Parts: sequence; structure tokens; C-alpha cells
Amino acid sequence: MPLALLKYGFRRKYRGERYIPAPMPLRKAYDIVIIGGGGHGLACAYYLARNWGITDVAVLEKGWLASGNTARNTAIIRSNYLTPEGALFYEESMRLWRSLAGELDINLMYSERGHLTLAHTDAAIRSSRWRAEVNKHLGIDSELVGRAELAKLCPQINLSEDVRYPVLGALYHPPGAIARHDAVAWGYARGAMRRGVEIHQQTEVTGIHSHPGGSIELETNRGSITAGRVVQAVAGMSSEVARMVGVKLPIRSVPLQACVSEPLKAFLDPIVVSGSLHVYVSQSARGELVMGGATDPYPLYSTRSTLDFTEGLMANMLELFPFLENAKVLRQWAGIADMTPDFSPVMGKTPVSNYYIDAGWGTWGFKATPVCGSCMAELAATGSVPDLIRSFELERFGRMQQLGERGAASVGH
Amino acid sequence: MKIIECPLNGPRNAQEFVCGGEARQEPSQDAAIDDWADFVFLENNLKGVVHEWWCHVASNYWFIVTRSTATEEIIATCRPDEFFADRNATDGAGRE
Ligand SMILES: Cc1cc2nc3c(=O)[nH]c(=O)nc-3n(C[C@H](O)[C@H](O)[C@H](O)COP(=O)(O)OP(=O)(O)OC[C@H]3O[C@@H](n4cnc5c(N)ncnc54)[C@H](O)[C@@H]3O)c2cc1C
Repeated sequence: MPLALLKYGFRRKYRGERYIPAPMPLRKAYDIVIIGGGGHGLACAYYLARNWGITDVAVLEKGWLASGNTARNTAIIRSNYLTPEGALFYEESMRLWRSLAGELDINLMYSERGHLTLAHTDAAIRSSRWRAEVNKHLGIDSELVGRAELAKLCPQINLSEDVRYPVLGALYHPPGAIARHDAVAWGYARGAMRRGVEIHQQTEVTGIHSHPGGSIELETNRGSITAGRVVQAVAGMSSEVARMVGVKLPIRSVPLQACVSEPLKAFLDPIVVSGSLHVYVSQSARGELVMGGATDPYPLYSTRSTLDFTEGLMANMLELFPFLENAKVLRQWAGIADMTPDFSPVMGKTPVSNYYIDAGWGTWGFKATPVCGSCMAELAATGSVPDLIRSFELERFGRMQQLGERGAASVGH
Repeated sequence: MKIIECPLNGPRNAQEFVCGGEARQEPSQDAAIDDWADFVFLENNLKGVVHEWWCHVASNYWFIVTRSTATEEIIATCRPDEFFADRNATDGAGRE
């Protein structure tokens, strides 16, 4: 590798790698059509080709690859969830993440930093211990640490008691990681295209009709096409797209904002999260602090940024890291999060045959990209729901059943 | 939307309010479980003009906001009795 790199460095011309699909004509029919070219849709396409040998597949993306939440998230990856169903699912994702860069042959900058969820109240200590015990029982590396140990793990956190919410302890999850989110989408896209999958950018689905014979017709801005089966993976637009086929979802679309600071000297190793203060922060390899907070207070389909958000977030950031008072915020943005009432996703079949759904990923779906892609591919390929995602079916709400995931991001506890 | 016109308190800062979700009429007590599940969990979640319950927190006053979830513009606010009287007059049961 170093020798190849040296040769590459001395080259006159640098060969550009093609991750972005070239425009090509849309065919009239495909075996499987995936709506949405974010990480989830692209991963599903990749695993359809790799695990099931199905390549008569088209991914339709209305904008460009990963223009949705995939490249807007704070890229936190972890599996220390509270429900056994959630924890086991995300743990399988962690297993796939660890070998993903090699498999896709792209530098995902997957970086295991350790993940600290701070607890500021007795109730939060109790729920952290609860999570740690559920996690340990399932073989997930997770423990409750007190102030002394926290001071060793992350001496930068302000542990003084003269703040509004003094830190009492933390849930520590050593495998917690961050990754380069856009590379995840590009890696899956290239892997899928190499195996024969078509990816169409600038192709928006505008209408959907299911035929009695089982096939599904999709209207797009480039004409209509027929699909044997359809996988919908459109995150914030889930309700709008599902409405086209007559499916109503338990989802509210709410903006979730994030921002980065100017690059600072590396000082923060672990990922630090506070559920009570609604702060999510990690330091990127470039030195920028990547910061997120709570979702916006009301549903909205606009990705505008607000000053309320930055002001609120920074007040809490400065409680944890007072020495950052002169650091500057460089960029701010928003994505539209598809929030479910129980903070668990919706994956699986819908009342429309051959129409599968992957939605309700809210503020927590980036970490699930590999496992969700692989499970949705299995479902679309075989028509039967993999055990790992059975409890996430849309049907659960019809039975008045929820899968309350209080370990999810943006959930106050 | 920085200022919301509260029917009880007049124009107030948006931060004084919370959104209570879509304004819909409750199913009847003996409605099928599907109707109740729909009412409790499912959302229209429309990109466009919606009618919602909002509450002015300081005075605990609930009312109806008509706003656009595409542009973030508040179109109108009114008292709940006005809203439901209007709906019952135009579309019978006032259900969706
Ligand atoms: C600010 C922010 C921070 C987050 N932080 C984290 C985090 O730290 N960890 C974590 O695990 N998760 C996080 N998330 C959540 C995570 O980003 C999402 O759950 C995940 O990326 C969803 O992936 P996706 O592929 O389903 O959706 P997207 O990446 O949104 O892809 C959906 C695609 O569908 C396309 N589309 C929509 N409608 C149509 C149509 N009609 N026709 C064709 N295409 C269409 C869109 O253009 C889009 O590209 C965060 C989200 C946000 C917004």
C-alpha cells in the first residue's frame, strides 16, 4: 500500500474514481425498484446484488446520492439501546460496520471513539444502569461509570457542581463510533453498480399504482415504469410517498438540525451525548466539533436553520465545555427526521402486496444502514420478513403495540 | 413563524407555545379498534396546509392553528369551537 500510494503521488494525472452514476435511460420495467438513494436504499440495492444475486434493480433518487439525511447526520454509531429487539438489531449493524470499509474498498473513516451518555439526574442514572444491564445480558460492551472514572475517560467534561445540571455519571459504550457518512453512500452505490444495479439520480417518484396482478407502476418525472416489487426508503418524505400508494404511517416529519465548529486542535476523543441537555458532540478527524441537539418543536418539511437551535444548543454545550466560549460555529443545516411515536423504526410489509417499507428512522437511522439494507434486501428477495426485523413491522400499531425505545437519540430521560 | 396570534392572548412569541398535533375528531366510543389505532398512532403528516392543536403554555389555552408545513407560514388561528363548528357544517362528521 505505501508504495502504491507513493507512485500515485508522483503521477501527473490523478484518475478520478467514479462513485456518481452516469445518467442513463430508464428502462420500462425492473424486477425490484428502490425509491430513495440514501444510505438505506443504496445498501439495500448492494445486498440484493451481493447476497441474493438480484441485479435487475433500479434505485430512483429525486436529487443526488445521499442528498437526504444520510449526509446530514452527526454520524454516531452505537448499539447500547434499551429494548432487546433494538439492541440486537443495532449490534448486528456494528458487526457489519467493522468490516465494511474493506468490503466496499473505500475509506469510511470508521473510528471507534467510545460513547458516553451523560446522566444528570437520579432517574437518568437508573435508566443508564437499566440499559447497561440489558446490554451486558446481550453481550454488548456497555457499563455505568461514576464521576471519578468519567473524569479519566474524558477529562475535558466540566464535572463541577455549580451548573444547572451537574453530571452524576455516564453510560459508557466503548465500541461507539463515527464514520464518514457520504462515503458510506458512495461505497454502497459503487458496489451495487459494479454488480449491475442501475442508479438513477434526478428521478422523482410522483405517483404509485398497485395492480391486481401484483406488479406496481411508478410514475416518475422521466416517465412511468413497472416494478415487480418496491422498497420505499425515503426518510423524511415517508408519509408523502406512502400516501401515493394509500398507506398511512405513524410518522411525523420534524426537522433535526446540526452544526460544526471551526476546526480546533484535537482534544475530544470520545463521543459525548447528554439526553437531558440534548447535546451530541464528537470531534471529526479534521478537528471540527460536530454538534447536534433535540428535534425542532413542531413538524415541518423545510430544511431551514434557526438561531433558536444554535443558541439553545450552545448554552448547553458551554455547560459541558466552558472553555469553548470563543469557538465559532462554521456551518449549520437541517434534515427532515421521520419520527415514530415509540422511537423505533418501521420496517417490513405494508397492506399493499409487494410494497415494502423502510421508514421511521427519525434521528437514529444512520447506524442502522448496513443491517437495515441487508434485512430489507432479504425481505425483497424472499418475500418473508427476517427475524431480526419482525418486531418492527407496521402492523404493530394496529394491535396497539409499541416498541418503546428510550435508548434512541433525542429522547429526553 | 416567530409570532403566533393566540385567540385568547393575542400575538405572542412562538416559544411560548407547543404543538399538539393534527386536529381530528375522536372516533366514537364503540368504533372498531382499527379506527382507534388510526386515531392514536397514524398521522396524515401532510406537506402542505394543516390544521393543528396548539397550546399557549403559560395560560394552558388550547386552540387551532392553520399553517403550511411546506413554507412554515401561519395562515390562521381560531378557537376550537369555531373550527369544529365550521368543519361539521362543511363535511358532516368533521372526520378525515
Ligand atoms: C441532523 C441529523 C443528525 C442525525 N444524527 C444521527 C446519528 O448521529 N446517528 C444515527 O444513527 N442517525 C442519525 N440521524 C438519522 C439518520 O441520518 C437517518 O435516519 C438516515 O440517514 C436515514 O437514511 P435513509 O437512507 O433512509 O434516508 P435519506 O438519506 O434521507 O435518503 C432518502 C432519499 O430519498 C429521496 N427521496 C425522497 N422522496 C423521493 C421521491 N419521491 N422519489 C425519489 N427519491 C426520493 C431523498 O432525496 C433522499 O435522498 C440524523 C439525522 C439528522 C437529520
